[in-house]
Amino acid sequence: MTTNKNGQTGPPREGPMVSAVSGPAVRAGGMRGCFMHEMTRVGPENLLGEVIKIEGDSATLQVFESTDGLKIGDEVKKSGELLSVDLGPGLLGSVYDGIQRPLSSLYERWGNFIGRGAEIQKLDSDRKWRFTPTVGLGDEVKGGTVIGTVPETKFLTHKIMVPHGVAGKITRITEGDFTITEAVAELETGEKLTMMQRWNIREPRPAGGRLGFDVPMLTGQRVLDTLFPVAEGGRAIIPGGFGTGKTVMEQTIAKYASADVVVYVGCGERGNEMADLLNDFPKLADPHTGGPLMDRTVMIANTSNMPVSAREASIYTGITIAEYYRDMGLRVVLMADSTSRWAEALREMSSRLEEMPGEEGYPTYLPGRLAAFYERSGRFKCKGREDETGSITIVAAISPPGGDFSEPVTQASLRTVSTYWALDYDLAYQRHFPAVNWHLSFVLSYGKLSGWFEKNAAPDWIDMTKEVNSILQREGELSDMAKIVGVDSMGEPEKMELEAARLIREGYLRQSAVHPADSYCKLSRQAKLLSLILSYIRAATAVVREGKGVKTVLNPEITERILRAKELAEDKLDQEIVLLGGEINRLNEREPT
Amino acid sequence: MKDLFSRSWRTIDSVNGPLIFVKMAGAALGEMATVVLADGSRRTGQVIGLDESTAIVQVFGPTEKISPATTSVRFRGEGVMANLSPLLLGRVFNGSGEPIDGAEAPHPVEKRDVNGSAINPVRRDVPSDFIQTGISAIDGMNTLVRGQKLPIFSGAGLPANELAGMIISNAKTLKKDGEFSIVFAGMGITAMEAEFFMDVFESSGALGHSVVFLNRADDPVIERLLAPRFALTVAEYLAFDIGMHVLAVLTDMTQYCNALREVSSTREELPGRRGYPGYMYTDLAGIYERAGRIMGKNGSITQLPILTMPDDDITHPIPDLTGYITEGQITLDRDLHRKGVSPPINVQPSLSRLMGLGIGPKKTREDHPRLSDQLYMSYSIGLEQRRVAAVIGEESLSATDKTYLKFADDFEWKFINQQGESRTIEETLDLAWELLAMLPKTELVRIDREMVAKYLPKTEDVK
Ligand SMILES: Nc1ncnc2c1ncn2[C@@H]1O[C@H](COP(=O)(O)OP(=O)(O)OP(=O)(O)O)[C@@H](O)[C@H]1O
Ligand SMILES: [Mg+2]
Repeated sequence: MTTNKNGQTGPPREGPMVSAVSGPAVRAGGMRGCFMHEMTRVGPENLLGEVIKIEGDSATLQVFESTDGLKIGDEVKKSGELLSVDLGPGLLGSVYDGIQRPLSSLYERWGNFIGRGAEIQKLDSDRKWRFTPTVGLGDEVKGGTVIGTVPETKFLTHKIMVPHGVAGKITRITEGDFTITEAVAELETGEKLTMMQRWNIREPRPAGGRLGFDVPMLTGQRVLDTLFPVAEGGRAIIPGGFGTGKTVMEQTIAKYASADVVVYVGCGERGNEMADLLNDFPKLADPHTGGPLMDRTVMIANTSNMPVSAREASIYTGITIAEYYRDMGLRVVLMADSTSRWAEALREMSSRLEEMPGEEGYPTYLPGRLAAFYERSGRFKCKGREDETGSITIVAAISPPGGDFSEPVTQASLRTVSTYWALDYDLAYQRHFPAVNWHLSFVLSYGKLSGWFEKNAAPDWIDMTKEVNSILQREGELSDMAKIVGVDSMGEPEKMELEAARLIREGYLRQSAVHPADSYCKLSRQAKLLSLILSYIRAATAVVREGKGVKTVLNPEITERILRAKELAEDKLDQEIVLLGGEINRLNEREPT
Repeated sequence: MKDLFSRSWRTIDSVNGPLIFVKMAGAALGEMATVVLADGSRRTGQVIGLDESTAIVQVFGPTEKISPATTSVRFRGEGVMANLSPLLLGRVFNGSGEPIDGAEAPHPVEKRDVNGSAINPVRRDVPSDFIQTGISAIDGMNTLVRGQKLPIFSGAGLPANELAGMIISNAKTLKKDGEFSIVFAGMGITAMEAEFFMDVFESSGALGHSVVFLNRADDPVIERLLAPRFALTVAEYLAFDIGMHVLAVLTDMTQYCNALREVSSTREELPGRRGYPGYMYTDLAGIYERAGRIMGKNGSITQLPILTMPDDDITHPIPDLTGYITEGQITLDRDLHRKGVSPPINVQPSLSRLMGLGIGPKKTREDHPRLSDQLYMSYSIGLEQRRVAAVIGEESLSATDKTYLKFADDFEWKFINQQGESRTIEETLDLAWELLAMLPKTELVRIDREMVAKYLPKTEDVK
């Protein structure tokens, strides 16, 4: 750890105690019998720590709170338990730190600033929930069997499942109001079942068979759903330099995603951003159920100035909670902003342990850890209930140093993802948001989604998206030329191609996250808009190809109306489409407008 | 951490750069220590690591004459503490919080660890009050909001201090509630810079409600790391205990980061990008995140850090990590400065993330949000045309493109450029509309039609 390496010469005393401190890494002696990832309490303030390395009698702990004030010889208490989360009704609507301590309880304990060493209940154990059994006496149950339900929110029925590893015949089960720690059922074996279970965050919860990607997870964002959709159960990454719009995108998706539950992990980012979310979400409605958005959300806020090791844990806390709801047969989306801060926490701990550094100082096991995390996403059959499916879609922001995507976190993530949304400084500087670069971004699994879109969006959806792609592709080629010869000296068809691209960019891809009519664009609306814009482009292109000049074909007023269509309320949009349809027809019939 | 016995040890085992290794028991991580030399002179140090029976103490200031044979180390039983009192206002201190204005230190009402602790995210109140700086590029397009952290990204020789000076002198909120104060931390700044800021405080009448921490270029490097922490501890006290609206000016964060790198390398830590330690993001977050508002409290902390981008490179780790933590940035530009535009703010790489919370109806004006959007779009097109014109010549541009070219020029000379003149937000917004009037109306697609009808000057002559 630190410079003194002479090892074993600690003051002679009984029991586990601190023998060295270096930032969040604490070495403790007398730890014989401890195990990896065991939870410990350190020092007089009972700081929470986790065993991450064992050498003979001594163990290294990563401590989840500031270690200032610790002394050599301070007592260390072993818990015999792994770092785990409590799972049960009451998770929805909660705001936790990285180790699942409710931030509201931390406030009650310490006030406005976060203190240290609080042993705090993760789930409210006083609150009574209405439990309705779904199995009867004598029924055989096993891990994953639903024994009853609880209306956790107005729109979400929480399934109480038998913990994995437990099985037997029900000998008692009661309908009624219970707290999460009271037994609602009993097995022949004498085992009592409550509505709460505990799960080690570093171990994936078991699931049934993996299913394919054939349904999209819709975001209400045109550039994403139309050009780069993410499949339900897929993984999307959003790398981008600072200010390119990662957080706005994460927050927007958290609002509009076609999902039953959203777990939002603010990992090493800004306090004000979390405040903004906490201010917004309770007031906003879930676009799919109409209930309060907060009711489908679990937030984990471990901001940049909160302890680094808890930041590392926050991602796992989040995904474990996500898995729990997945196991109920729900569609869960895990938003992580930003995985780079998680990777940096790994790096910091690794360098304190004096491990051999890999690329950019990151530990060599970074790619493996990242891959293992992303593997926890997917669409699965539910374990123990093979007729039900649940999914976790991961949407992770990445903050590459200097906006350079060749760095290890982006590269290691790229290897495991299915959808890639690359954000771009140039677009952000022009305030073209979402600043998704359409040349760099990609989708791996689009093929299987095509059928779904053709059935649910529009029969010609795939053709339209191909057309958009080729228009944007052409612009890329032509604009290089335009820079050399000037647009004015290009041929009219080329000018038309550039105009077409502008219509797509401004009129379709650009989408304000704050405009009331534009921030959420449902799929049917996307199809309408896309078809409107493309039919205008097709009509105009045909006329230009016949030898007319772009200036005479494209009436600026019509173009302006096309560009503004996306901001119209639904009924106005329908009217406008009819009116503009008339104008487009006139073009088709080659009449001067 | 309190200890009734003062514990003095003459057991220094080794000395390595600013680090001394003391064989002892009972020191706490982060504890302050006094190092007493043979001649009775003293140095301050801090416990930065503990290993078995050794405390690793980092000495602030020179290590000359420190000797295992004659030097003793006394552990003070507490970390770096700031003495707090309303009487700090109007006073000047060094980077270790000792007065350097000739007067006695005020009697502390309270003492707090300078590292502070994180504001509980659920207790943060969302910033929402517009601050008028009088500068169009900021007020109009990168609005500062009370409780925000908005750094100035500067380059060597660019007038960041002048800009900060203007903001300090002119900053106003439309809401009049609570008193205003300034907390200033100068890190590794020259005598000239220090004097410049003291003049600004004096001439703007701000000196009486300012608290100044100066770590000059020739002061100990380690105190550069402490100065902003003292300043922000005081800021938190003034904002959340006394209820004042505090503007915290921190300059130069580049000097701060270089000090961090220097200290890290003497600790023989693994260097990260360009030699800066891997934990620099977390360290900087511990400073920048100490801004904001708290529910139920009247006060606020608005941070205005200043940094110098080495070689004007915005991807250098210092501006890069800062940009990843702060809520936007005001970026100064060498080309604009050379041309004579003052302040030389390049709006493209500038950003205020909290702008949306502080502008619009009832805050500034209904047209503000979209007007700003339109300015960004039109200026970007203008810049693109300028690049094209540089290759193919202005003559070859179409009429509309030429108008955009003119728009970009006018935007820089009439809107950005204000040569020290201060503008109200109405003046700024009206000026923007005047400029947009030269463009064809059908180009103004980022603003609602109704706003265009209401605010666009009705002069058709510019076309
Ligand atoms: N869809 C959008 N509509 C309108 N404005 C947007 C949109 N996306 C981003 N922005 C603007 O860009 C700013 C920066 O976005 P954001 O905070 O999401 O960046 P980021 O990539 O998360 O940066 P960092 O890495 O520093 O956290 C926002 O404050 C907002 O002004
Ligand atoms: Mg962000």
